[in-house]
Amino acid sequence: MSVTDSTKPVGIEVSLAMAEAVKLAKAEVIAAYPITPQTHIVEHLSDLVANGELDAEYVPVESEQSAMSACIGSSAAGARTYTATSSQGLMLMAEMVFIAPMLRLPIVMAVANRAVSGPINIWNDHSDIMIIRDCGWIQIFAENGQEATDMSIISFKIAEDPRVMMPLILNIDGFTLSHFIEPIVFPEEDKIKQYLPPYETSHKLDITKPMSLGALGPPEVYSEARKAMDDALLASKAGVIRGFEEFAEIFGRKYNLVESYRAEDAETIIVAMGSISETAMVAVDEMRAAGEKVGLVRIRLWRPFPVEEFLAAVEGAKYLAVVDRHFTPGFPEGPVATEVRALMYNNDNRPKIANFVLGLGGRDVPRNHFKHIVEQVKELGTAGSQSRYEMVGVQQ
Amino acid sequence: MNIQHLNSAAVPFEKVTAKTFPKGPESLASGHRACQGCGEVLALRLLLKALGRDFMAVSATGCMEVCTTPYPQSAWEMPWLHVAFENAAAVAAGVDAGNIIRRRKGKLPDRRIPVVAIGGDGATFDIGIQALSGAMERYHENFIYICLDNEAYMNTGIQRSSATPFGASTTTSPAGKFSKGQNTWKKNMPAIAAAHNIPYVATASPAFHLDLMTKMRRAAAIPGPAYIHVYSPCPTGWRMKPELSVDSSRLAVKSRVFPLYEIIDGQYIINKKVDKPIPVADYLKPQGRFKHLTEEDIAQISERVNHEYEHLVKLSEVFDGPLF
Repeated sequence: MSVTDSTKPVGIEVSLAMAEAVKLAKAEVIAAYPITPQTHIVEHLSDLVANGELDAEYVPVESEQSAMSACIGSSAAGARTYTATSSQGLMLMAEMVFIAPMLRLPIVMAVANRAVSGPINIWNDHSDIMIIRDCGWIQIFAENGQEATDMSIISFKIAEDPRVMMPLILNIDGFTLSHFIEPIVFPEEDKIKQYLPPYETSHKLDITKPMSLGALGPPEVYSEARKAMDDALLASKAGVIRGFEEFAEIFGRKYNLVESYRAEDAETIIVAMGSISETAMVAVDEMRAAGEKVGLVRIRLWRPFPVEEFLAAVEGAKYLAVVDRHFTPGFPEGPVATEVRALMYNNDNRPKIANFVLGLGGRDVPRNHFKHIVEQVKELGTAGSQSRYEMVGVQQ
Repeated sequence: MNIQHLNSAAVPFEKVTAKTFPKGPESLASGHRACQGCGEVLALRLLLKALGRDFMAVSATGCMEVCTTPYPQSAWEMPWLHVAFENAAAVAAGVDAGNIIRRRKGKLPDRRIPVVAIGGDGATFDIGIQALSGAMERYHENFIYICLDNEAYMNTGIQRSSATPFGASTTTSPAGKFSKGQNTWKKNMPAIAAAHNIPYVATASPAFHLDLMTKMRRAAAIPGPAYIHVYSPCPTGWRMKPELSVDSSRLAVKSRVFPLYEIIDGQYIINKKVDKPIPVADYLKPQGRFKHLTEEDIAQISERVNHEYEHLVKLSEVFDGPLF
């Protein structure tokens, strides 16, 4: 009896739950290289293959560069393909990561977000994923174990949608999500058959229908090729919505592109991504209890950015306290704040915005950090001239 | 499980002879943009012709990729994939894994499909050696790696690689007042491949086209990874007349500069014994990249060439059975 046969919640480490979900999704090729904190996912997958619970080819490659290369190869061969990585591994494979969406290959990759060196640090922030922000993949941030598990199945549904056919990165915070034991309800196997049928495509290497994939793009076609990729990525938003809605119909758990928590009448809204939002929600409850009109907006779909949904979620707020888990050296704000500010700029009633860099390299983010930024955003935002991030809790 | 007595030499396959030369269609069509006299594309066309229409190809970035697929054109009549420079072996490994699981699930016909990774010497000796080593070590069943060795980074403009022979002038190992050109000896890539204990390693030359095509057939027939090292004259980069490509390929073998041999299950087998070699100078002289060399330099190169050849002969004589 497998852990996924249980109809009741099962206490399981999130990494292992994700591997079990990938088993339920019947991934056919997994090519991966060990790197903390991602390793438990692929270790468990190799166990599942070794025990015959998952009929797949597990390719234990010699580097992340080869991991993504092999994934591109197996996806091009028409096999459902999965990998996982973190930090230095993601940077080593970055060259191939940028090529995959141009080839329109629906690879699914989990990134257990971890700080980049140096100094070397294995703990959580979002600097790895932000460095490859412009790679052209669909990018989702999960908040908790249930979401990470469900998304591990939904990701294939979205990526392989014939109207999408784009690779997808599922971000989970390293350690703070990947290594926690949470109660997980596994999607039922018979319903998954209905939700996610076997992957079949005509977009593959096929001896009976030869195709050249990865041709040289001279100046006359390069712009068009890149634009076509961006068009495909933007259009994938509809596929993400379809994937979420169909999942809700079959399994009863509804996911949105942007999640709001007590934000409807909020004067101040915290904008965040990933597992840090769980702490933020507790802080919001405490601040609400103290009479503060504060809420939280969590961006689940980072690429393609859900512009309308995000603007609707923060509408009416006076202050936005935007949280970044990464910063851009030499620029006043981190990537999330920069983008949020850019999106708001042409609005007549735009809120005051301030940027807070939290939890770099695994630095603990307690509730009082959120209380601090809610206080600070009023001060910094009102001053008008503020345009530099505050790295909360940094020792000067 | 793949260690003991593979007996790969006994795996049946059809040799290519003048009589049985494949008449089927080309897999690499004419009209590509390779230079006049390109020995690399000649060798590649013949290698693929040996497989007919029953393979998938993965190219590393390089001349053969650039000249065959400027979008929207493609010279490839077979499924072909290019991703980047250093990773053809890893991509091919992934294609093989995808084919294997799809075959096991009944989504593909129940037979082996050769997956041919193709790289130049830079992609093989230098930037791609890690991916190649990984793929050979992991023992992908239908993996064939072709190194088309023209002894420098020709696509970027004749820069030296670790395959560039001693004394050759390139744009980054130029001959000059204080330089004889390349100042290191060529890396022994077939030996590195053989050190992975793969069942089949071979060297081949477009001047000996039946031998070259036969080796491709054997590589495809033997289960497990294969590495074929192909001498690929580049008239442009070697500063040589285009019509001399095939000649120089022949001279390289006859002078012992590029011996033709196979390593089957670890056993060295010399295919063309060269008991009475022509002078190495006859091979070097038509190539402008060597024109600065003195008689003494050539004597030094000649000594090394003969020493390496004799070492190879000893290997084939002393170890007269398979290693595994």
